[in-house]
Amino acid sequence: MTGPVLLGVALVATVAVALLMRWKNGRFSAAVADEDDDTVERLTAEQIGAPLGERATLVQFSSAFCSPCRATRVVLADVAASAPGVVTVDIDAESHLQLVRDLSVMRTPTVLVLDAEGAVTTRASGLPRREQVLAALDRATAERQ
Amino acid sequence: MSQPTQVDPRGLRVVAGLTATVLALVLAIPSEPVRIVLLGVQVAVFAIAAFVSLGASPWALVFAKLVRPRIGPPSELEDARPPRFAQLVGLVFTSVALVSLLAGATTVALVATAFALVAALLNAVVGLCLGCEMYLALRRLTPAGP
Repeated sequence: MTGPVLLGVALVATVAVALLMRWKNGRFSAAVADEDDDTVERLTAEQIGAPLGERATLVQFSSAFCSPCRATRVVLADVAASAPGVVTVDIDAESHLQLVRDLSVMRTPTVLVLDAEGAVTTRASGLPRREQVLAALDRATAERQ
Repeated sequence: MSQPTQVDPRGLRVVAGLTATVLALVLAIPSEPVRIVLLGVQVAVFAIAAFVSLGASPWALVFAKLVRPRIGPPSELEDARPPRFAQLVGLVFTSVALVSLLAGATTVALVATAFALVAALLNAVVGLCLGCEMYLALRRLTPAGP
């Protein structure tokens, strides 16, 4: 009896996870949730290993075992190419595990949107759509004007 | 497709679909010998894909021989590392299931099979690699290093 019941449970779980992922992927939310130290909410050029963009920086965390990472890189590069003063930085999560822990990055890809001063304004995990990145970028650059 | 660094993403979907079918049968057929044979086959398939190459997996050969000739060349290729890692995760779950079944722990075996089935179905239906999603979360747990 256990087998058929588990088969049903597995089918329901599959649909639930698929819907959850569709909702979650590329959804930009508030910045780093109130972690115990606020210091991690601002990133420096040194931490990300590249200069910050004049207006904003799109930071992507990637790993080797990540199929949506390449597509995400393409979306971010495309957005940055059409937005002056915006640069993209790709960080290998596995060689920056301390940063990954400090920022509570759980999945790859995770995209952080930094403003001109390097403050993390918003973040999303999973493959984002172009419009989602553009909207997040608008908010990041608007707040500081 | 031998020793690939790039693979046909449609092949991955077909492989996941065949895997899901086998695992669903394991849950559906209430016969221990049948379950042992099916799990044994799937463990072998996962092991070949994880340790030899994705293209050497019997399910990938089914795709290459029967499906691919009918649908033409792929429009894009994918990195082989994420799916290969996923096959390893599948191997762990089905091995636990097979060993539990042989040891008489049927419920444990079926629960492990159900987890592997969810992962295979997600891969087949929406192209989501559950093992890959868990990779960084697991990697974070390793001792604080670089």
